[in-house]
Amino acid sequence: MVVGEMVQEVDLVVLGAGPGGYTAALRAAELGIKTILVDAMPKPGGVCLHMGCIPSKALLHAAEVINTAKGASKFGLHFAEPKLNVEELRTWKTSVTDKLAQGIVGMCKSGGVEIVHGQAKFNDSKSLRVDCPGESAMRIKFKHCILATGSRPTVIPKLFKSEKDQQSSRIVDSTGALALDAVPKSLLVVGGGYIGLEMGTVYDALGAEVTVVEMTDGLLPGVDRDLVKPLATHLSGKFKNIFLSTKVLSLEEVKNGVEVTLEGKDVPEKMTFEKVLIAVGRRPNSDNIGLENTQVTIDAQGFVTVDAQCRTSDKKILAIGDVSGQPMLAHRAMRQGMVAAEVLAGRSSAFDNRAIPAVVFTEPEIAWAGITETEAKAQGKEVGAAKFPWSASGRAMTLAEPIGQTKVIYDPETTQVLGIGMVGPRAGELIAEAVVAIEMGAVLEDLVVAIHPHPTLSETVMEASMAAISRIERKAARDMEKAGK
Amino acid sequence: MSVEFKLPDLGEGIHEAEVIAVKVKEGETVKEDQPILEVETDKAVVEIPCPVAGVVEKVNVQAGQTVKTGQVMMSFITDGAKAPAKEEAKAEAKAEQKQVVGAGVSSSPQARSSGGTTIGNGKVPAAPAVRRLARELGIDLTQVPGSGPAGRVLNEDVRSYAAGKLEGHFQSGHQTSTAQSSTSSTSTAQTSSAPAKATGVPPCSLKDKYGDTNGERKPLDLGGGGGLPAADLPDFTKYGAVERVPLKSIRRKIAENMTISWSRIPHVTHFDEADVTSFEPLRVKHDPKVNEQGGRLTLTVLTLKAVVSGLKKFPQFNASLDEKNGEIVFKHYFNIGIAVATERGLIVPVIKNVDQKSIIELARELKDIAEKTRSGKIELDRLQGGTFTITNIGAIGGTSMSPMINYPECAILGMARAADKPVVRQGKIEIGTIMPLALSFDHRIADGAEAAYFVRHIIERLEDPFTLLLEA
Repeated sequence: MVVGEMVQEVDLVVLGAGPGGYTAALRAAELGIKTILVDAMPKPGGVCLHMGCIPSKALLHAAEVINTAKGASKFGLHFAEPKLNVEELRTWKTSVTDKLAQGIVGMCKSGGVEIVHGQAKFNDSKSLRVDCPGESAMRIKFKHCILATGSRPTVIPKLFKSEKDQQSSRIVDSTGALALDAVPKSLLVVGGGYIGLEMGTVYDALGAEVTVVEMTDGLLPGVDRDLVKPLATHLSGKFKNIFLSTKVLSLEEVKNGVEVTLEGKDVPEKMTFEKVLIAVGRRPNSDNIGLENTQVTIDAQGFVTVDAQCRTSDKKILAIGDVSGQPMLAHRAMRQGMVAAEVLAGRSSAFDNRAIPAVVFTEPEIAWAGITETEAKAQGKEVGAAKFPWSASGRAMTLAEPIGQTKVIYDPETTQVLGIGMVGPRAGELIAEAVVAIEMGAVLEDLVVAIHPHPTLSETVMEASMAAISRIERKAARDMEKAGK
Repeated sequence: MSVEFKLPDLGEGIHEAEVIAVKVKEGETVKEDQPILEVETDKAVVEIPCPVAGVVEKVNVQAGQTVKTGQVMMSFITDGAKAPAKEEAKAEAKAEQKQVVGAGVSSSPQARSSGGTTIGNGKVPAAPAVRRLARELGIDLTQVPGSGPAGRVLNEDVRSYAAGKLEGHFQSGHQTSTAQSSTSSTSTAQTSSAPAKATGVPPCSLKDKYGDTNGERKPLDLGGGGGLPAADLPDFTKYGAVERVPLKSIRRKIAENMTISWSRIPHVTHFDEADVTSFEPLRVKHDPKVNEQGGRLTLTVLTLKAVVSGLKKFPQFNASLDEKNGEIVFKHYFNIGIAVATERGLIVPVIKNVDQKSIIELARELKDIAEKTRSGKIELDRLQGGTFTITNIGAIGGTSMSPMINYPECAILGMARAADKPVVRQGKIEIGTIMPLALSFDHRIADGAEAAYFVRHIIERLEDPFTLLLEA
């Protein structure tokens, strides 16, 4: 025991005040469980609020305004070149996240959840120690713990020529990129996943020359190619270079920049950029918190293994969010947070969701929910897919951005909707209908019969479903004809 | 290491059970397979053996409590771990390394960390709220027929499934679990015709017989076949004090099955008498040999053989009427149910493939199932799959009866007491042993003349067992 250590006893301690953690804590308190919320950061909200979803969307909004203004010249609206004040933009972004963090603090206060700031470490399956900066350490004895410690950007040390290069302020991860110190003249984005492309979009709009290096042969690995294509086409017109099937061999800080050694077909061997953003994935925060002192099991990728009730193999500890597995998305964590709190309150709750939507907030946006064609193929599952191009959507035309398409993936036997994917402006907002449809077990007809407001982009969901039904009917007619002969 | 014991999956359609007795205490050392609990489902009383050897760590249930499949009933400390009582954190942490046992039920976390976008609950289309309802009711959604488009399971589907209202569920899940006999509360199983040792039904209180009076009350589940709405009763309290006891477990199942049998099957009962005078000397002669093999040579054993012979000749009595498909289902197997009166109510264990077993084998099995059924230890799979039922009230008395068919079988044969009576043989009055028989049958499948032939066929074999040999 440390001298001056305080001991506090509580029903539930939630480790990590990100979207999963605070959702779990608030729900638990609502269900009458005495709860403490511990977070290593001074303000609650986690990666989502401070280093992920929210700040990136604030900056992407700025990028959208710039690009929309530029595009308006197509219909006779000519704006002058925008004047960017980086400091003001940063201040606005921070004000947004601060307000939201205050909101969480307020909710916890009124909900009766105590927030403790400090680094936590498990002593065993029923107590942990929190080192509170500037204060004496605290020991919390708990009946249960919900682990919601999140994830952090993956670091690949072997890329750096030396220790010094690893510390270089010119080489940043997504957190550094979102801090928006300044807009570099040239930026290399290592990794063509959603984080790299979203940040590339921001920095491109703010005036940087953006180059993307992706190891596989396409952007957004895993996403259906037909959805990626319009984005890839658009980005190749915006970005300076997109190098596919290309590896970064090393990074070295040189005068005025970072020298990058590349390996790929028709790719220069050495290039220099003012700044480099590494966005090659994220890893779970399951280390350095004393989980070895508990019965929690961790898989090869570092994820804590959980069941549908979010229970780990330690009966006192549950886990939610990024630390508990893929996909590492805030909305998955929030739903799991509800489940974990309800399970602890003795309710029969389970994370049995059929669709976890995914959104890439680029221009245009890509969003999908349920099964993808790629997944169906990998599983050997026979599905039907019907598309509706946004070039035929009245609303898309009036936005002067008719790039996009909506795709409905269905069971050809039952016409049940299994997945929906879309690319186009605001796809991220439209995908919610797909999630509800999949969760409800909707069939194509449900989406066709339900009236969609006109003129909106949401009509494309109805149109794609209608296209699917027409296809099924045509096939049936053909089969009838064949049988007739 | 600590091991949790959950109520295992007890078989088709059984989701809960009532704890009748807890046979171990916390801290007690137990052996593997030692009986630890007695539970009563709506089919039978089942003794649950201990899954491991060790020390009972915690008992979470008590007698009278209703437990659901998958509920943790007890935990044990097995080798290598100490009781956590006064140990420090580390020992306890070790003890908490839970391992879950229990057939078909597991709550251990599955590695799902790299899960895709679709997970959980198979592929049954159902809205999230419906899935939650199913979880709360402990229902496996894959078992619920969906009435929505593309087989979507709706809220009503789950509720009606839970209430057991789906006919298909009833037919497949509960057939032959209990049988019907108009004298169910007083009939005993097999007895020999000779020394009729009527063991009186021991007196017991309402609570002993029907269990806790605090249980849940719900209307009878008549599988949609009852037709009539549940009747309102007059206010009995106007005339004196009453006690209301919930209808539970076996009693409830009997009530439901009787109502269904009586309201669905047009019953006809055919009466006849068998002169079994020649059986007693045969019994006295051969019973010691059968005893050596662990059985008793009784009229019921002989009747089993005679009935199967009859069923082979008159297959309509080994059939079921499929109302849905307009077919008669003839069964090419001969599984005979034997009505057994127990303290908790009538139960019908089944002797399978009677045609393939010798008299000695049947005698042994009959004794075994009767004893096991009375003591509540009968295995669940021996309560299913019957094609015809025999009920014998001979040990108690009575000159005849009109037994009720064990739905969805076609017929039931009632045996009354074989008693010495004056009989006329070749114009002379002699003393003979006469056993009254009563066959109730489904008149939709069989007719009165056929029933008369069928019973005569049985009687010929009871009166002259040698006939059975001629057929064998």
